[in-house]
Amino acid sequence: MENLMSRYRNVTILVAILFVQVLGLAVQVKRRSGADESTRIIRMWTVSAVTPLEKAIVWCQNGLGGVWNNYIYLRGVRQENRDLKFEIEQLRLEQVRLSDDAQQARRLQALLGFKEQYIAKTVAAQVIGSSGSEQSRSVYIDKGTSAGVEKDMAVITADGLVGRVLRAFGSSAQVLLINDQSSGVGVILDKSRLQGVIKGTAAGEVILEKVMTDEQVGLGERIVTSGGDQIFPKGITVGTVMKVSPGADLFLNIRVRPSANLSRLEEVLVITKKEDRAPSVAETNSVRAVDILSQRLPSVPDKPAADANQPAGAEPPATAAKSPIAPPKPQVNAGVHNPVGSSAGQAVVKPATTPQKLAPAAKKASPQTAKAATSAPAPSEPRASETETSEDKPH
Amino acid sequence: MPITYTSQEQVEVYRFSAPAAILIPLVALFLQAFLPLQLHFFSLFDLPLLVVIFFAVARRSQVAGLLTGSLIGLLQDSLTHQPIGMYGIAKTVVGFGASSLGAKLDVENVGARFLVTLFFYAVHEVVYFTVARGLVKLSLQWSWGHEIGGALLNAATAALLFTLLDRFKQRA
Repeated sequence: MENLMSRYRNVTILVAILFVQVLGLAVQVKRRSGADESTRIIRMWTVSAVTPLEKAIVWCQNGLGGVWNNYIYLRGVRQENRDLKFEIEQLRLEQVRLSDDAQQARRLQALLGFKEQYIAKTVAAQVIGSSGSEQSRSVYIDKGTSAGVEKDMAVITADGLVGRVLRAFGSSAQVLLINDQSSGVGVILDKSRLQGVIKGTAAGEVILEKVMTDEQVGLGERIVTSGGDQIFPKGITVGTVMKVSPGADLFLNIRVRPSANLSRLEEVLVITKKEDRAPSVAETNSVRAVDILSQRLPSVPDKPAADANQPAGAEPPATAAKSPIAPPKPQVNAGVHNPVGSSAGQAVVKPATTPQKLAPAAKKASPQTAKAATSAPAPSEPRASETETSEDKPH
Repeated sequence: MPITYTSQEQVEVYRFSAPAAILIPLVALFLQAFLPLQLHFFSLFDLPLLVVIFFAVARRSQVAGLLTGSLIGLLQDSLTHQPIGMYGIAKTVVGFGASSLGAKLDVENVGARFLVTLFFYAVHEVVYFTVARGLVKLSLQWSWGHEIGGALLNAATAALLFTLLDRFKQRA
């Protein structure tokens, strides 16, 4: 017997080790399907061993990249600067129109007692590592519980939704991407208002499920989060419809192109706080489109006497927060664009100034300004005047 | 054919210093987690698997091979969001098999290493998919093109990587 045991000693050890691992797997699978899954010590050890090195390399990489891009490789920067300035002007005009629409929408929502979910606080984080496996589409970020990141928080970029926090460690966190097959996001189609669920596939593609075959879904239609899953705030862009084909059963097979480039993630925002609040009429402080234009366009003359102490153009849009009538602004990290849809976007982009301050500036607006104002979309001006009058009248 | 059958006496057994035995798997795990962010196609590689095969073949001890495979596999599992043990089981089997083969065959030259890695990559994928589908109920899709491409890529990498790792070998 002893001879037999010693002869098959290696195979016995192999079977024993495999048995232990299979047993461990079975326990984990059972727990996962049941109650909340706890973080295993081995995960914490491995993440603690790997992430500091990843952080250090990413830090060095950013430092070297910064030196190269900011001090050495400046070819084409002047042209790019000119192009960007032009683009800023175009976007300012667009912003005027959108802020009018937003104000009108807020007024209507206030009338209806409509409650919206706002992104109240975000934390910017750097992507430092991945799972290294094609079967697990997740990434690691350099912010963890010490920065307020917790499990099930939504993660976004300037382009759109990225995923949710799966595990939060002390100084890092694991983010499950929306193209992983175990991920699921409640979404709504922007135009048709059809609801569905976004899921990942084994090949790393993103598909939209639970849309019936008798529904009309257009190619290129934008998909945003519905907020129904209680994880992702409503209105975050997820992607666009890429391909529609009849699927099995009664549902369409819809392939989605994610808005965020999930294979090239560098910096992300973790939504650490959401707020439910109803927009009040007080928020809709009326600002005429021409006033905003006159303040923001570079050709604006100096401010009137009341503002003479301030340098021209020194008042950034963020000063709206100082206004007593301004609603509480969400705390979004500076320098990071907020990609969310209408609701959250409204929370971030507010009219910059009060009309009292702006009126004289508008009167002094140069011909260039006037030209710019007229080049704005047609509904802008009438709506602006509507805004002013509608605030005076009780709804 | 570069693979030659040798007697037990002819096969050289190697050992590794403690720093090499610890750092090489850790560096492989680190690169596996970090490089796909920079080079997306890098997720096709399985550096921890190559390290398991290298250690198992060089040590030629079945117990050492399966323990190395098990440990590296479990560490790799802990970086993913899947249950821990899927890579662990697959790499335990590979570690055991590679060390058994290393004890019987001379797999020190480039051609032999290419073929051995090709074979064990396939074994690894089959075991992994079996565990993932059979035990964890994951809906993984088997793609022949993807698997063959991955096998060839990893085998070619192994031929180069093993030459580099040979520097850390010490005669037992």
